[in-house]
Amino acid sequence: MPKDVIHSNEKASAPRGPFTTVSGVPVRRVYAEDDLNDIDPARDIGEAGKPPYTRGIYPDMYRGRLWTMRQFSGFGTAEDTNRRYHYLLEHGQTGLSVAFHLPTLMGYDSDHAMSAGEVGKCGVAIDSLEDMETLFDRIPLGDISVSMTTNAPAAILWSMYLAVAEKQGVPWTKLRGTIQNDILKEYMAENTYIFPPRPSMKLIVDTFEFGTRHVPQWNTISISGYHIREAGSTALQELAFTLYDGIEYVTWATRAGLAVDDFAPRLSFFFNAHNDLFEEIAKYRAARKIWYRVMTERFGAKSPRSATLRFHTQTAGCSLTAQQPYNNVVRTTIQGLAAVLGGTQSLHTNSLDETLALPTEHAARIALRTQQIIAHESGVPNTVDPLGGSYFLERLTADMEKGCWEYFSRLDAMGGMVAAIEQGFPQREIQEAAYTYQKAVERKEKIIVGVNAFVSEDDPPIEILRIDEAVAERQTARLAALRARRDNARVRSTLDTLRTAAARNTDNLMPVILDCVRAYSTLGEICDELRAVYGVYREPAF
Amino acid sequence: MERPIRVLVAKPGLDGHDRGAKIIARAFRDAGFEVIYTGLRQTAEQVVNAALQEDVDVVGLSVLSGAHMTLCPRIVELMKKEGLDDVPVIVGGIIPEADAAALKALGIREIFQPGASTEDIVQFVRANARRA
Repeated sequence: MPKDVIHSNEKASAPRGPFTTVSGVPVRRVYAEDDLNDIDPARDIGEAGKPPYTRGIYPDMYRGRLWTMRQFSGFGTAEDTNRRYHYLLEHGQTGLSVAFHLPTLMGYDSDHAMSAGEVGKCGVAIDSLEDMETLFDRIPLGDISVSMTTNAPAAILWSMYLAVAEKQGVPWTKLRGTIQNDILKEYMAENTYIFPPRPSMKLIVDTFEFGTRHVPQWNTISISGYHIREAGSTALQELAFTLYDGIEYVTWATRAGLAVDDFAPRLSFFFNAHNDLFEEIAKYRAARKIWYRVMTERFGAKSPRSATLRFHTQTAGCSLTAQQPYNNVVRTTIQGLAAVLGGTQSLHTNSLDETLALPTEHAARIALRTQQIIAHESGVPNTVDPLGGSYFLERLTADMEKGCWEYFSRLDAMGGMVAAIEQGFPQREIQEAAYTYQKAVERKEKIIVGVNAFVSEDDPPIEILRIDEAVAERQTARLAALRARRDNARVRSTLDTLRTAAARNTDNLMPVILDCVRAYSTLGEICDELRAVYGVYREPAF
Repeated sequence: MERPIRVLVAKPGLDGHDRGAKIIARAFRDAGFEVIYTGLRQTAEQVVNAALQEDVDVVGLSVLSGAHMTLCPRIVELMKKEGLDDVPVIVGGIIPEADAAALKALGIREIFQPGASTEDIVQFVRANARRA
């Protein structure tokens, strides 16, 4: 048995405090009726399924249908990941979520020099339609919803998916799923951008328009706070920047001539679930309420579906520790519970080994089981918004909302989010919060079990998933064979058409990209054409 | 007066996760070091070139993408070729234990895994930076 050496356990007996949330927001001794003075229960809290949707977007919530259990997954080659998908589906997962490797997300093929060492490491290697066909082999796309984390090359990867559906004989009208397609948070947090902001926004508006016309059940964007939070933001910053990104997308799309009620029902959101239970629940409740007001008041949406915020949640990778990794199961449970108490529509629970590598099959199964236990054993899904009316939670929800409107005013004054990003505003706010948190941890104002307190020595190592370089060899060989076999004249002509259309900058590029993909042009080749027209984005100096 | 320690903070490979790199860069500045941050997505050649041009005393690499076993040894090798053997290279990020041992054997001076404190890293740099 490992021997526990307890460091800094004086925290347990010494006077405790300061009392703050994980985001540093002060928390008072107790909350009472007085704290609800500025809250009108009918106006601000209301009923689930009715405006302003604070308590949930459906009257029955999980009594009608549980959330979708959707584990983000991808590694190695398309064959490797296809096997993992079948495994997860056999164990009761109810939706798929594709993790692509970094070369794909950055618009490089697996045989590009920049891809050295990266092939299949952070996700699955997808270079062409051929790989996408393998990825969804024996997975009927008409029967399952699929989410894809595709940001800069979203239009291309979505085109590959649509082409696989054609091959499977599934009409696009039957397809359900989501493309992340959210470039704004890349510039401020995750940094997997390719093109500059303005042409990137054009591509996104193209996908909105195309989806509205041809793939009506598809969520054409997942406006994501997850990565903003992982980069170190507070809960409030995550909420404010994400919802304001939503405002920016709606603004660009309506400016391009799209009618708000045509595309807004297909906008979806993606939030983080960190450790601070009540702060997180308040964040989700405030999100729904604010989005309702934004869509109806700012954009004049008439359809209720345009104003109901649907969201996916992932537990916080950044909260997990490499030390005593089994403790991560407990953290993930608390975080998953927050998401469910906050009314999420789908959930990814992280695996215990994710600070070390991509998850093993065993760790991935425990993560899935964690949500199944919340769903079937905790009793929490039996009633809608079970914590609604709690003095503390309603106060936090109202404060979260107020803080958000304040950020919105500042962002409006800067001329919107693209302009704010160009000025480096959200980036600085997030970096400042990340540094403040790190310092608080190092001063032990924030305790992380196993890291700055309750440290064990000789903790046994755990088994981890290793992706060896043979994956890169297999993938590049497969790619070379494809390049030799395909109709290269057709490839060239579709790519030329794309370049001309991109330079003209008037047409919707989706049909043209679809033609490139159907001809088995690779993702890197397609991105090269777009890079030639749009240029590439470089981060401002730090 | 002795010149301050000069540190290159570099992000090799395609990985965009820069929370750690930016935190450590700021902690180095707060400690009085001169910090040169390369920005994202540098090739091994670009990193070594920056180390040479900027005449740094330590190179800190941040890798969270899993590509460390390809990228880090290449940087060490190129630094040797450029005569920078006396500039220690340290690595932070998602580096499993077995890889950490292998990287040390290949010439990486120290590995800082998740949970490392900025204070410990600053102290390590103070004690191990190349002396001009």
